[in-house]
Amino acid sequence: MNLAVRDVRHNAGRFAFTTLGVGLLLMIVMGMGGIYRGLIYEATLLVDSVGADLWVVQGSTRGPFAEISRLPANLEDRVLAVPGVARARRFVSHTIQREHQGKLLRMVVQGLAWPDDKGEWVPLVAGRPLRQAHYEMIADQSLHLPLGEKIRLGKDVYEIVGQTRGLVGSSGDGLAFFTISDAMAIQFDVPGEAMRLERAARRARVEAIDLGRLQPLLLDRAAGLNRGIPALATPQVSAVLVSLQPGADAAAVRRVLSTWPDITVYSTQEQKDLLLAGMVDKARRQLGLFRTLLIIISTIIIALIIYTLTLDKIRDIALLKLIGARNTVIGGLILQQALLMGACGFGIAWWIGQYLFPHFPRLVLIANEDLVSLGVIVVVISTLASLLGIWKALHVEPNTVLAV
Amino acid sequence: MSANSETPPAIEVSHLRKVYGRGHTEVVAIRDATLQIARGEIVGMLGPSGSGKSTILTAMALINPPTAGQITISGKPVMDGPRALVDARAFRRRHLGFVFQKPNLIPFLTALENVQIALEVNDIAPREARKRALELLDYLGVSPRANNLPDALSGGEQQRVAIARALANNPSLILADEPTAALDSKLGRQVMELFAKVAHERHAGVLVVTHDLRTLDIFDRILDVEDGAIQVRENPATVTSAR
Repeated sequence: MNLAVRDVRHNAGRFAFTTLGVGLLLMIVMGMGGIYRGLIYEATLLVDSVGADLWVVQGSTRGPFAEISRLPANLEDRVLAVPGVARARRFVSHTIQREHQGKLLRMVVQGLAWPDDKGEWVPLVAGRPLRQAHYEMIADQSLHLPLGEKIRLGKDVYEIVGQTRGLVGSSGDGLAFFTISDAMAIQFDVPGEAMRLERAARRARVEAIDLGRLQPLLLDRAAGLNRGIPALATPQVSAVLVSLQPGADAAAVRRVLSTWPDITVYSTQEQKDLLLAGMVDKARRQLGLFRTLLIIISTIIIALIIYTLTLDKIRDIALLKLIGARNTVIGGLILQQALLMGACGFGIAWWIGQYLFPHFPRLVLIANEDLVSLGVIVVVISTLASLLGIWKALHVEPNTVLAV
Repeated sequence: MSANSETPPAIEVSHLRKVYGRGHTEVVAIRDATLQIARGEIVGMLGPSGSGKSTILTAMALINPPTAGQITISGKPVMDGPRALVDARAFRRRHLGFVFQKPNLIPFLTALENVQIALEVNDIAPREARKRALELLDYLGVSPRANNLPDALSGGEQQRVAIARALANNPSLILADEPTAALDSKLGRQVMELFAKVAHERHAGVLVVTHDLRTLDIFDRILDVEDGAIQVRENPATVTSAR
């Protein structure tokens, strides 16, 4: 006869409410693990998706995911000349926050190296890749921009021609793909007034020097377009992505590139490791500490509940001792109740999580191995939590039952 | 009823002494108590509050070791002074049955399960335990209420279930501590008659602590306890008239 189940059945309401509370706590523990998994997934999604063999970034930096990396756009051509390199692409990625239809809209602007890269590799759930050099974009569904919708970014208007699902940056903001020139135009867009002030300032600087007075043509140049002034820097990109020829020796290509003092080269794995070691590692530790605290709190709550349930039936336990029940029967009653509470709480956590987690603003990814490890943790904390009740029960004198 | 000469007594207590505290706080609860209860005999224990009845009962139940004296149950020495000569809990399981003033049924078990659990803790297989528990409830006239929780039973029915539980393992000795105190006189008498039936039909020694003088005729003998000392009276009617 299973005494634990019968006692639980008799106090079903109280047990159910208590277990629901434990379940909600465990759901938070489960959710925090899922948030961490989601962070890793989202952080590495872009690095995995673009499919580069090597990442060329600004010298002595750790790449665009760790800090600011600026490279001249024409580095692409230098890299392409290295033996073993099949393809080199400019990589532009930056986050913008704009207002669209009265709401704030945050997106990660991702440049595609048009015309080589039209975004065919991007996993679309609707629409098509880019077909023209300007004014088209592919947006993730998390941005809530339907196909055909037009959005003004900077001075230009872009039409959504394709949609992805679940493609987000390391910050959880949806990715939006543009041609690289459009991505740079969005990145470096400044208001017309700022441009006019900048040109006036240039003209004033030229007029202030002898060369300006000797070469009046410079004054006309100063008031012109940026690209007409050789002294100004060429457009810059965040990185250059390198794809190797089939069978090419990655180490050899890397050795060549490493001799260039203005750049640093990383493999995709190194780039991912840098990404995870930076932003995600701190989040991991933060979430880990919260999870530990919540597990301790859950243990204490289960222990107190089991202890209270034990106190409630102390006379019954004394009676069981009087009629000769072994300690294993009495200890088993309490241990089984604790395990039942833990197991039901775990089930509730999982069940509610199924419905709740998809509505979280960040991806919550519940991995099977995390479920298994949390299950083991629940068994351990339930067992630990039962110890107080078992200790109390085993110290009850059988003659307690004689007290009126 | 006299004991069968070939069967050892249900219990023999000799020169039992129980002292609580030391020095100035010393209280002698039992003074040199000696008694014997045969199997098939029902014995009443009378005495005012604080006279030592419960102390004697708990000592015999192996849950309150005496300071001195010996206890032998079914011919097996079980206590020599404060020293237990057997595993007390295992011995209780096999040889003793208990009934209290309150039925003390486990509230989350049905009447049937309350009896069944006493069998299962004695390693009887669940199916067999259930069958025997039903037989006992039938014997005590409460089988129609077998699947009811204690809350749904009357006081008399609860006490009958408690007696069934006490009988579950065919104990040689049943110890009852004021089992009719919470019942009205009619029910109290019925319960006392049940104890007599159990003693005579199931050949168990039964010791009943009681204050109910109206049921003394049921006992084969009366133990009169006063200041921790026991006096045995063979004729209950004598005791009744003396009070």
